[in-house]
Amino acid sequence: MGVNKKIKELQEKRKQILLGGGEQAIEKQKAMGKRTARERIMSLLDKDSFIEYDLFVEHDARDFDMDKKSLPSDGVIIGSGTIYGALVAIYAQDFTVAGGSLGQMHSRKITKIMDHALKMRIPLIGINDSGGARIQEGVNSLAGYGEIFFRNTISSGIIPQISVIMGPCAGGAVYSPALTDFVFVVDKISKMFITGPEVIKTVLGEEISMEDLGGARVHSEITGNAHFFAESEDECFEQIKKLITFIPWNNSRKAKPFEPGEPDKKYNPEKIVPDDPTLPYDVRDVIRSVADNSDFFEIMELYAKNIVIGFGRMGGRTTGFVANQPLEMAGVLDVDSSDKAARFIRYCDAFNIPIITLVDLPGYLPGVDQEHAGVIRHGAKVLYSYSEATVPKITVILRKAYGGGYIAMSSRHLRADFVFAWPTAEIAVMGPEGAANIIFRKEITSSDDPDVTRKQKVGEYKAKFANPYVAAARGYVDAVIEPRETRRFLLHAILASENKVVKVLDKKHGLPPF
Amino acid sequence: MKNTENLGILNINSILYKTRLSPKFLNRRVYKPSNPKTIISFIPGTVLDILVKENQQVRKGEDLVILDAMKMQNIMKCIIDGTIMKIHINKGDKVSKGTVLMELK
Repeated sequence: MGVNKKIKELQEKRKQILLGGGEQAIEKQKAMGKRTARERIMSLLDKDSFIEYDLFVEHDARDFDMDKKSLPSDGVIIGSGTIYGALVAIYAQDFTVAGGSLGQMHSRKITKIMDHALKMRIPLIGINDSGGARIQEGVNSLAGYGEIFFRNTISSGIIPQISVIMGPCAGGAVYSPALTDFVFVVDKISKMFITGPEVIKTVLGEEISMEDLGGARVHSEITGNAHFFAESEDECFEQIKKLITFIPWNNSRKAKPFEPGEPDKKYNPEKIVPDDPTLPYDVRDVIRSVADNSDFFEIMELYAKNIVIGFGRMGGRTTGFVANQPLEMAGVLDVDSSDKAARFIRYCDAFNIPIITLVDLPGYLPGVDQEHAGVIRHGAKVLYSYSEATVPKITVILRKAYGGGYIAMSSRHLRADFVFAWPTAEIAVMGPEGAANIIFRKEITSSDDPDVTRKQKVGEYKAKFANPYVAAARGYVDAVIEPRETRRFLLHAILASENKVVKVLDKKHGLPPF
Repeated sequence: MKNTENLGILNINSILYKTRLSPKFLNRRVYKPSNPKTIISFIPGTVLDILVKENQQVRKGEDLVILDAMKMQNIMKCIIDGTIMKIHINKGDKVSKGTVLMELK
């Protein structure tokens, strides 16, 4: 056989396998509004950058007539390529081949690319579209999941791990995305749950559709399992690409710097925030008033909207923003928002991304449901994450910062490197009304007109304590600044903390209040 | 300002904040103290057997109902001494979570 013939043979073999589950299965996939695994990889990566490994892998299962079945590439595509020139490792489950079910070789391909990503210190992207365990392969299939979860865990904090849910991802399979850094979902296409609607109906008699149980919206708005919601696969790929531009390849690098650009003049910080601390505004506009090109890439936009998290750039450098959102639930900290912020802070810390915190909150949300849901434990996560973080921490107190909320939101006491406050800041042990009611209780109750006395005392308290100067007098605030000076101070702080060094006490690991 | 429609009021430490109220907050479960005199199904299931009759005196720890749920036969016991005032269920009934099964006095 000559060389040409052998090359031809290879081309033939490839052609066969590249068809995946065959034309019929591909048509079915398209009818569901989904792309094939290969198309997805091609849409996400730079043109012609994809190098595939393990195309010729086959399963060797023998039970249940599996020996008579050929599953091209065993239902998963692995390889690496680039996104805007940045290397990534990637795998995509192929639903057209045995429903993307996970058997031994399928999982070995995934763990191979995971090992590769970890060794080469490059981000890992996993596109999930699978009916679950390949039942015919029994415990080998379970072993496969376990091997994946283990690698997700040991790689955590070393390389960025991104999960894309583009089909079903049910039962044990959901734990891989849950262990990764960011989960992307697509409306009507993503379905994630531990137990499906049928089991729930049999066991509990509760009827629910797959969409209402674990659709993209549910995970974006209610559970917080998903970080990015897209209307279509295309939109989802754009989001992933954008995210990749903000994060470094691994934990020993910094994100690639970009050419800095000034914010849009239409975001005027002096006009955004009302002086009255009880009035709402959109804190994202404050972020846009300071970030390069007013570009803010929000994460978990639909979940716990009372806190805003996401990436922007300051002087070209990726920066994480955490901000109370007075527009939603007055910007309170509660179970969900604490959880959301804490994880993001740890993400930034793991990947050398400085954190800018914008503070304007009335405190914690009162309520039996909150207390019983463990707001103590969840709220503690914020304190833990900020205290633990050694990346540059810069805080701007915009308006109110009362009580425990003030401490939690990256205060000096948790080792913020820079704390700035606007003249509208109110840094106090609690809001003037509550404080006056306690401090002047006797005067108010014994007064001939308690309401008038209360108002008067509230006014006195406000005048004396509802400002940034008491905290500034103790050095808890480094500078009281005009809103329009904010970007200048932030750029300075980012530059000044470029080489920040903190010695961390020796320990195996801490015990964050998970 | 464009984003300020549908604002409600949230009271935090006697200060009233104008803000949007989240669906989770608006739909939160309002706390009800538990009443040992009302026997409620703690889980959805099927009533396999009723072990007491109306007007029967019961003692703390006595078995009341066997509820088939989560592939288990759950025996529901009385947590106070009392008398069965009213039984709201029949053998074989499917009950959802939170259904009042019987009342004591």
